[in-house]
Amino acid sequence: MRVRFWGTRGSIPVALTSADIRDKVAVALMRAGGRQFASIGEAYDYATQHLDFSLTHTFGGHSACVELETRQDEYFVCDMGSGARPFGAHVLARQSGRPATVNVFMSHVHWDHIMGFPFFGPAYVAGTRIRIHGCHDVIEHAFRLQQAPPCFPVEFPQLAADIEFVRIAPGKTHEIAGVRVTPQPQMHSGESYGYRFEAQGKTFVYTTDSEHKLENRAQTDRFVQFFRDADLVVFDAMYSLADAISVKADWGHSSNIIGVELCQMARVKHLVLFHHEPAYDDSTIEGVLRETQRFEELTRGTQALKVSAAYDGLEIDV
Amino acid sequence: MPLAHRLYDNALVLSPTGRLDHDNCEAFREDLAPHLERAAKVGTAIVLDLSGLEYVSSAGLRCFMLAAKQAKAQNSRIVIASMQPVVAEIFQIARFNLVFEAYPKVRDALASLSPDAAAAFDRG
Repeated sequence: MRVRFWGTRGSIPVALTSADIRDKVAVALMRAGGRQFASIGEAYDYATQHLDFSLTHTFGGHSACVELETRQDEYFVCDMGSGARPFGAHVLARQSGRPATVNVFMSHVHWDHIMGFPFFGPAYVAGTRIRIHGCHDVIEHAFRLQQAPPCFPVEFPQLAADIEFVRIAPGKTHEIAGVRVTPQPQMHSGESYGYRFEAQGKTFVYTTDSEHKLENRAQTDRFVQFFRDADLVVFDAMYSLADAISVKADWGHSSNIIGVELCQMARVKHLVLFHHEPAYDDSTIEGVLRETQRFEELTRGTQALKVSAAYDGLEIDV
Repeated sequence: MPLAHRLYDNALVLSPTGRLDHDNCEAFREDLAPHLERAAKVGTAIVLDLSGLEYVSSAGLRCFMLAAKQAKAQNSRIVIASMQPVVAEIFQIARFNLVFEAYPKVRDALASLSPDAAAAFDRG
């Protein structure tokens, strides 16, 4: 099982500006302190080994789209945010003309989670099968609506792929193309759903756009059970805890602190911070990651929890 | 969780000890409630002396947040003093350092509230 991140930003896609890149290059040159590199490979090694990730990379800007690669021929992907565009290019390149079957799992239909679909290349290829799974009854309506005039030039019925909307029940485990999938209701405006995927003895949980009310012990217990012994949990850590329970309470998102605590209670192996706040720059996200790793150390029980921050292009073998 | 308290002129010092987490946060809130009510009635400010607090979870932090909101609504104040390093780090990571004024010592916190409270502390 491999998890590949095509879009990791929350609420709206963001892009580095020319000034951002200028500043990164300038700081990197300063840090290099006049070093000479005999080859691009040497420079690359220096950059990756000695400079901060936030200086040499970017966490990226596409909105939510996370692929789960299994040993099955079919594709699995969570959400169709703007990351669906590069994901679609990946599918087309990999298929080399062969029609694909893509299983989509929708957390909900807020715009940042569906906006990539009109740019999802395989949707324009005859013979492609796209099965859009979800627990809401408005998914098909939302997908058709965003391609209706005057919002987009290609209407939904013009898409060449065979597109099917599949309603699945929350709280039940569904066997889909060799993968066991269990949706879980989450607290978010209009409700959202997390997904627990189990295949080949491994478990991956995708849980975004999900607020956790600390006073609700039953809700906490329900999520601990949902995360139980997962190998990887991709978690909405958009806000600080202070913001999440005060000025941004009821905005439908969570924090790094809650992510660590739930994963520790559930004995999860690897937590990935996801749905990054669009106002955060790369160094801020890297700072949040370091603090979260430190928080995990401070609160660790008998089992260590690995903590990472998602970025566009990250691949994790589970 | 024992919640020792002591009045210094017009400032009340409350001293939770041990761990504050999901298991005891509601009991802590119940222990805290009469002090908050009294503070509102007689116009005292509150210092949370965290020198004896070994650990605080998100649920415990929420108790502090609710107490601060209630105090603000009552035109009162809550400040923090004497955090152990671990608790101070957790406050910082959770951005509670942006919510609460924090002081290295109880006396510093009292002095920030009123000279009379600091003087009462000095008298012992």
